Amino acid sequence: MGEHDTPGAAGHSEADVSPQTNAPTADAAPAEQTHAEQAHGVSRRGLFGLLGAGAAGLAVGGAGGAAAAAAIAGGGASGGGSEASVYDFYGTHQAGITTPVQDRLHFAAFDVSDMLDRDGLKGLLADWTAAAARLTQGLEVEEGGAVGGSDYAPPVDTGEALGLHASGLTITFGFGPTLFTTADGTDRFGLAARRPPLLEPLPRFQGDALVPQLTGGDLAIQACADDPQVAVHAIRNLSRIAFGRATLRWSQLGFGRTSSTSTAQATPRNLFGFKDGTANLKVEQHDLVDEQVWVGASDEPAWLAGGSYLVTRRIRMIIENWDRVQLGEQEMLVGRSKGSGAPLSGGGEFTEPDFEAEGPTGAPLIDVNAHVRLAHPTMNGGTRMLRRGYNFVDGNDELGRLDAGLFFIAYQRSPQQFIDVQRSLASDGLNEYLKHVGSAIFAVPGGVKKGEFVGQALFA
Amino acid sequence: MTTRRVLATVGTAGVLALALSGCVAKADVAQAAIGVDITDDGCAVAVATATAGAVSFALENNGTDVNEFEILADDQLRIVGEKENVTPGQKVDFVTHLEPGTYYTACKFQQVGAPVGLAEFTVTGEASAASADEQELSDQAVTEYLAYVRSQVSELLPQVEEFAAAYASGDDETARSLFAKTRVSYERIEPTAEAFGDLDPKIDYREVDAVAEGLDWTGFHRIEKDLWAPQPGDLNSDGQDALADWAPSTPEQRQEFADGLVADVTELHDLVTDPSFTVSLADISNGAIGLLDEVASGKITGEEDWWSGTDLTDFEANVQGAGVAFGAVKALAESKGDEGKALSTEIEKQFTALEDALAKYGSIEDGFVEYGTLTDADKKALSDQVNALAEPLSQLTATVLGV
Repeated sequence: MGEHDTPGAAGHSEADVSPQTNAPTADAAPAEQTHAEQAHGVSRRGLFGLLGAGAAGLAVGGAGGAAAAAAIAGGGASGGGSEASVYDFYGTHQAGITTPVQDRLHFAAFDVSDMLDRDGLKGLLADWTAAAARLTQGLEVEEGGAVGGSDYAPPVDTGEALGLHASGLTITFGFGPTLFTTADGTDRFGLAARRPPLLEPLPRFQGDALVPQLTGGDLAIQACADDPQVAVHAIRNLSRIAFGRATLRWSQLGFGRTSSTSTAQATPRNLFGFKDGTANLKVEQHDLVDEQVWVGASDEPAWLAGGSYLVTRRIRMIIENWDRVQLGEQEMLVGRSKGSGAPLSGGGEFTEPDFEAEGPTGAPLIDVNAHVRLAHPTMNGGTRMLRRGYNFVDGNDELGRLDAGLFFIAYQRSPQQFIDVQRSLASDGLNEYLKHVGSAIFAVPGGVKKGEFVGQALFA
Repeated sequence: MTTRRVLATVGTAGVLALALSGCVAKADVAQAAIGVDITDDGCAVAVATATAGAVSFALENNGTDVNEFEILADDQLRIVGEKENVTPGQKVDFVTHLEPGTYYTACKFQQVGAPVGLAEFTVTGEASAASADEQELSDQAVTEYLAYVRSQVSELLPQVEEFAAAYASGDDETARSLFAKTRVSYERIEPTAEAFGDLDPKIDYREVDAVAEGLDWTGFHRIEKDLWAPQPGDLNSDGQDALADWAPSTPEQRQEFADGLVADVTELHDLVTDPSFTVSLADISNGAIGLLDEVASGKITGEEDWWSGTDLTDFEANVQGAGVAFGAVKALAESKGDEGKALSTEIEKQFTALEDALAKYGSIEDGFVEYGTLTDADKKALSDQVNALAEPLSQLTATVLGV
C-alpha cells in the first residue's frame, strides 16, 4: 500500500470517470471496518469510491450503466450475453439469479475462520461487497490494483482480467445453515435466532453418495460470466480478500449452461446430450418468478425478503455407461426426443407433455419413470424452480472415467420445492447413471443497496 | 528456494555499535549497574529485575575462554542487546535501553552453541515515549536481526558437528534422533543461507531438486535418506522410484557427506559472523515473507523431509525465524501511521494463531508427530492458517520501506 492509499480518500482516477464519487458517506459504511481490511488490501475506498454505473477505467466497450437490456438484445441466436454485457450489481434482488444464464461458472463455498467474530464477519461481507460491486462492472478490485501499486508490495488485484470486458459477470452471495449454527449447535456470530426456519441441511435422498469435502459451507459465492477467465478472476480475488477470515471449502467450474432462464435463449444440452431446461422458469414469467423464486415480504424471516434459497448438487454422470445405452432407451428414460427435445407424447420442444397419452399397446408414451414426468410441475403440486446449472468435466477418476456431470443449481422460494421434486425423482430411471457427490443449501439475501453490504439486514 | 529481488537498502547499519548504547546519556543512568558473573557454564545475573530505561550491567568473565552476554526477548530467540568478545578476566560495563516486559539473560561460551545460564529478567515501569526516529529504528532492526542470525549459525555449527559425527560413525539411532533438531537453527535463517548462492544447494537440497539441476546431491537430505532408507517400491516426492540412481552410502561416502556438511556450515558460519556481513531492512522483511513461502510450498506438502517425516519441526523453525524477522522491523512498521499499526496487529494475531495450530502436534523441544500422521483436514487447517499469515505479511516490505 503506497502513498496513494490514504484511508478515506476517494479513488483518484475514478473521479475522472464518474461524477458520482461522492456517493455514500462514512455513516453508510459499517462502523466495524477494521484494520483487517487494510491488511487485506481492500481499502475503504472500495466502499466509498464506488462507481455508480458501468463506466469503467478499464474499457467496458463503452457500455455505461445498467446494460441488462442491451445484453439480452445483443445475445443473438444463443440468447447468451456478449463480452460487453454489464449487469447492475445493485438492485432489488441480487444479480445472477434471473439474469440470463451466462456461459461459464465458478462457484465457491467457504468456511468461516474460527478466529472471526461478528464484526469480523460483517467486515468480510463489506469487503466482498465492495470488490464485487467493482468486478461486476469490469473494474479491478481496486483502482490501479493490478499494476499501479508499489513495486515492493504484491498487487491488490491479481491481474488476469486486465483488458477483459465485464463479460456479463454476476456475483451472488449466499449463507449456509452452519453460518447461523454450527453442526454441534454453536452460535458463533449471534445469528442463531435469525436463522431462517427453512434453512436446514437437506434430507438424504435416493442415490446420494455425498463426499463431505464437497458438501455444505458457511458462505457461498456464485460467479457467472461469458468468459471463464473473468469468472475465475472474481473467485480468486474474493478468496484472497477472505484469507484469514474464510477459507475455500470446495469450488466448481462449469461450462455450457444447462438451462435457459430467458425466452431469448435457446435451450442448451447437458452431457447426456439432451436439451435441458425446456420447462424451466423464465424471467419473463414475472408472476411465476415472484411466486416460486423470491422470498416474499410476508415470508419469514423479514431480513430474507427479496432473497431466495439456493440448492447446489454436484451430480456425477456415469457417461461411459450412458453412452452405451440405446437411443430408444435414452429417450424413454428422459421422456423426450433427443434431437428436438419434444416430449414423447408428441409436438415440438415447447409442447406441453401429455402424460395420459398412450401408445398402440396401451403403455403411456411417456414412461411412468421418465425423468420429465417425475420432475414435471403437474406431478409435484405445481412446484417450479429456477434452474441455472452447468456442465462440468474435471479431468478423470482413477478408473479412467471422465469426472463429468451436471453442477445443478436451483433457486426457489422454499427449500421444500427442491426436496419435493428430488423425492419424486427417486424412481427416475436416469438414477442408474447418476451419483450425487456434492450438496449444499444457502439462503441468498435480497439485493444490495448502494452504501450497504450484502446481507446487512441480517445483522440489523 | 526463493530468490527475491534485493531491494535498495534503506538505512543500512554498517556500523555495528550496540543499539542505542551510544544514545544513553550518563544522566539517565539512575540505576546501579547489575553485576553479571560469567563463567564457562554459567551466567549469574545479580538481580532479575530492573526499571525501564537505561539498564547497566557490570560484566565480569571469570571463565577460561572468550564469552558473550545476551539479552533475549520473551520469545527467547530475538536478541535485543548483546556484548560480544568478553575475554577471560575482563570487566566491562554494558548499557542498553529496555522497555517494560519480560526478557531473558544468557551467556555464550566461546560465542558459539546454545545460550548458557538462561534466566528470566523482568523490566518494570513506564514505557518511554516512542521515538519516531526512523534511522534509529532501522539501525536497531538491522542490529537485532544480525545478532539473531549470528546466534543461530553459532548454535548450528556444534549441532551439525555432533550430528555428522554420529552419522559418519554409523550410529544411526543417535543421528536419527538429532536430525530434526539439528536443522532448526538452519531453517530459522534459511533466507540468509540462500543469499550465499551455492551454500544452500549444498546444505539443504532435496534429491529431486539436485537431480533436476544436475548437481551432486549432498547435505542434510542426502544423509536423511541413508538414515531412513527407502524400501523397494517406495517413491520419491516426484513420483519416481526411490531406489533409481541411489544406493546406501558406504562408510567412506558417509565420511565424505559428513565432512562436507560440516565444511559448508562452517563456511556459512564464517560468512555470517564476519564483521563485514550485513543485511538491509528489505532483506529482513523479505526474509520473513520468504520463510512463509518455504512453509507454503514445501513443508505443508510434506516434501521437505520426505524420508524422516520431520517436516513439522522445519515448519515451526521457519515460522519462528519469520517471527523474529518480523519482530525486528515491527517498531518500524508501526511508525508508519495507522496502516502500519493495523498491519502489525494483524500479523501478530496470525502468528499467534499459527503457533497455536502447530502446538497441537508437538514442539521443537519435545519433537513433533510424524508428518504422515496428519490427515488432509489437518493439513488444510495448517495451510489455511499459513495463508492467513502470509497475506498480511506480504505487505510488510512495502510498509517498512514506506514505498
